[in-house]
Amino acid sequence: MKYFYLVFSSLKRKKLRTLLTMLSIMVAFLLFGYLTAIRQAFDAGVEVAGADRLIVRHKVSLIQLLPESYEEKIERVEGVDNAAHSTWFGGIYQDPKNFFAQMPMEPEELFDMFPEYIISDEHKAAWLATRSGALVGRGLAKRFDWEVGDRIPINATIWTKKGGGRTWEFEIVAIYDGAEKGTDTSQFFFRYDFFDETRAGGTGQVGWFSVRVNDPDKAAEVASAIDAEFANSAFETKTEPEGAFIQGFANQIGNIGFIIMSIMSAVFFTILLVAGNTMAYAVRERTNELAVLKAIGFTDRGVLGLVLGESMALTLVGGAIGLGLAWMLVSMGDPTDGSFPVFYIPVSSIFLGFGLIALMAFIAGILPALQAQRLQIADALRR
Amino acid sequence: MFNWIAQVFSVTRFSMLSLPQRKGSSAAALLGIAGVVAVMVGVLSIAQGVLKTMESSAGDTNAIVLRSGADSEMMSGLGGDDTRIIAEAPGVARDASGPLASPELFVVINLPMRSTGTDANVPLRGVQSQAVQVRDGFNLVEGRMFEWGLNEVIVGIGARQQFAGLDIGSSIEVGKEKWPVVGIFEADGGLSESEIWVDAAVLQPAYRRGNSYQAVYVKLNSRDAFGEFKDSLTSDPRLNVKAMREAEYYEAQSSTVYNLITGLGTLIAVIMGLGAIFGALNTMYTAVSARTREIATLRALGFRSGPVVISILSESLLLALAGGLIGAGLAWLAFDGYRAATLNWASFSAITFAFDVNLKLLVQGILFAMVIGLVGGLLPAIRAARQPVAHALREL
Repeated sequence: MKYFYLVFSSLKRKKLRTLLTMLSIMVAFLLFGYLTAIRQAFDAGVEVAGADRLIVRHKVSLIQLLPESYEEKIERVEGVDNAAHSTWFGGIYQDPKNFFAQMPMEPEELFDMFPEYIISDEHKAAWLATRSGALVGRGLAKRFDWEVGDRIPINATIWTKKGGGRTWEFEIVAIYDGAEKGTDTSQFFFRYDFFDETRAGGTGQVGWFSVRVNDPDKAAEVASAIDAEFANSAFETKTEPEGAFIQGFANQIGNIGFIIMSIMSAVFFTILLVAGNTMAYAVRERTNELAVLKAIGFTDRGVLGLVLGESMALTLVGGAIGLGLAWMLVSMGDPTDGSFPVFYIPVSSIFLGFGLIALMAFIAGILPALQAQRLQIADALRR
Repeated sequence: MFNWIAQVFSVTRFSMLSLPQRKGSSAAALLGIAGVVAVMVGVLSIAQGVLKTMESSAGDTNAIVLRSGADSEMMSGLGGDDTRIIAEAPGVARDASGPLASPELFVVINLPMRSTGTDANVPLRGVQSQAVQVRDGFNLVEGRMFEWGLNEVIVGIGARQQFAGLDIGSSIEVGKEKWPVVGIFEADGGLSESEIWVDAAVLQPAYRRGNSYQAVYVKLNSRDAFGEFKDSLTSDPRLNVKAMREAEYYEAQSSTVYNLITGLGTLIAVIMGLGAIFGALNTMYTAVSARTREIATLRALGFRSGPVVISILSESLLLALAGGLIGAGLAWLAFDGYRAATLNWASFSAITFAFDVNLKLLVQGILFAMVIGLVGGLLPAIRAARQPVAHALREL
C-alpha cells in the first residue's frame, strides 16, 4: 500500500508530463484495437469457417459454372455427408457502392449446410413458402433499415431475366442471425428454384458447391476423390477446405496482416521511445529523492520495483483507456459504411493488448529502474 | 523593428545551441514524428500506386464500349455483330488495315500467387491484332508475339512477377489444354501488365463464349471526336451499349480501392499524428522547463516575449522538419516501386501495381510533420513567454 501511494505521488509530481505520456500511450493502443478490427474484417470467415466443409469450384476459374447435376454425384463420393450449391449473383442495389453478396441457394439445404445461420421457425416457414422470397443477414438488414415484408429491387449485372429484364424484385421474408460473433450476416440469399426459372441463360448451371464431410480428418482425401470423380470431364473441379478458400480470397486483396503488423511496429516503437524517455527523465529528476528513500531503509529492489511500478501504472492507465476507446469506436460501425462483413475486436486481441501493455511498461521502465537500483546513496545525495 | 528581428535571431540561435543538452527527449520526438510520416506516406503510396496504374492505362484519345448497365468488362457482353457496328462508327481512327477498334474478351484464370501460393483471379484477355495498335505503350520485352490461331499466350511483366508459372517456356492449363507462354510484354505501367493475352478466337471456345466479346477499345481521331462517337452508338437502335473515355472508365475502376486505402491511411495517420503531438508537447514542455531560468534571464535583460515564443516554435518546427524528412525519406527508400497485387473489386480480377511514393505525398508528409511540430510547440512557447520573470528566476 505504501508503494501504491509512492507510485501515485511520483506520477502526480509532473502532472502535465504524466498526462501527455498517458495520452500518447492511449493513442498507441487505440490504434492497436482499431487495426485489429480492420484485420479481422479482411480475414472474415477464416476463423469461423466450417472445419468439416469443402468448397468445390471449376478448376480453371471461379467465374466458370458447373452443372447442377454434380450435386448428386458429389453426394455419392465416399465420405461426403451433404452438398449444396451457390451461385454469385453480383447484382446492384441502388448504387454500386452498396455492395453486398447475393446468392441463390436451395432453400432447405441452406440450413443443413450452414448451421451457423440462426433463424426463427416462423421466418423459416415463410422462406420455404415464398418463391421470390429473400433471406437476409441481421447486419445487412440493419445497414439498409430493411424489415420483413420489404420488397427489394436488385439490378442484375450478370443474370438477365427471361425477356431481357434486369431488375429482379425480392420480398424479404426472413432474417438470420449469426451463431458466433464472426459469422457473416451481410449476405442476401434467395431461392434457386426461382432463380433458375427466371434467368435467361445458364439454366441448370451453378457457381460452386459447399460439401460437408463425415470426418474432418479425412477432408483432404475426400477432396481428392471429388476432383478425381470429375477429372477429364468437360467441367473439371478444384476442391479445397472452406477456410483455405476464404484465406486464398483474403490473400488476393493483399497481405493485410503484414501491412498492419508493420504499422503497429512503427507505432509501438515510437510510443516506446516517448514512454521510455519520460521514465528516464522522471528518474533523473528524482535522483535525490530516490537516494533519500534508500537512506531511510528502502532496499535496492524496492526502489527498482517503485520505478517499474510507476512505468506500469502509467502504461496500464493509458493502454486500458486506449483499448476502451478502440472498443467504442469499433462498435460505432466500420469506416466503409457497412461493406465489411464483420467488424469487431476479438477477445483474444484484448488479452494480447494487455500483454503488450505489460511488455511495454517493462521495456520503458527497466533501464531507468536499474539505474535507480544501482544508485549509491552517498554519490546521489551529493549531486 | 530591426531590434526585434535581431532578438529573434539571437534567442533562436541560443536555443539551437542548447539542443544537444536535450538530445534524449529531442530524439524521441524527432523519431516519433518520423514514424508517423513514414507510415502515412507508406500507406498512401499504395493508393497512389493503384491510381497511377489506372491512369497510365488510359489513352488520351481512347474510348471503351461496354454493354449498357455494365460497370466493368467482366459484367459486359457484346455480340460479334455489335463489335463490327461499333468499329464502323464515326470518329474511330483508321489505318491501312481498317478501323482502330479492338473487340476483346475478358475472363479470369486461377493461378497461384508467388507470395502466398494461394490462387488469384488472374485476368486473361482474348484479343485481335488491333489490340496492340489501340494501346500506345505496348511493347514486347522478351520472346515473341503469339501466333494467331494457336494456343499460345503472352504475359504482362506485372503478372509474370506476381503469379507463379508465367515465365517463357512454362504453360498455363486451361481445361485439358496447355497454353505455352511465348512472350512477355510491357504497357507503360498500365493495367494490361497484370494480364495474360491470347487470341480471342482461341479463348472464345475455351470459355464457351461463342462469337461474343465483352468490350471494344477504340482509338478516336481526336479527343473531340468522342461526342460524335458516343452519340452515334447510343442512338443506334441495333445497339444497347455505353461508351466512356478510358480515363473515366479507369478512374471508376479504381475508386473503391483508392478511397478505401486513402480513407484508412488518413485515419491511421491522424490518430498516429495525435500520439506524436502528445510526444512533441512533452518534449517541448520539458525543454521549456529545463530552460526556465535561462528564458527568465533573457526576459529580465530586456528580450521581449515575441522572440522567445518564436525561438521555442522554431526549435519544435526544426525537430518536426527533420523528423518529417527522415520519415518521408525512409518511406521512399522502403516502399517506392515495391510491387504487389491486389483484387480489383469492379472486375473481380487481380491487378498488379507498384507502390508510388511521389513528390505530392512527400510534401504532404513533411507538411503534416510541420503541423505536428507547430501544435506541439505552440503551447509550451506560450507558457515560456507568460512565465512571470521574478518567479521564474527564483526557480531551481
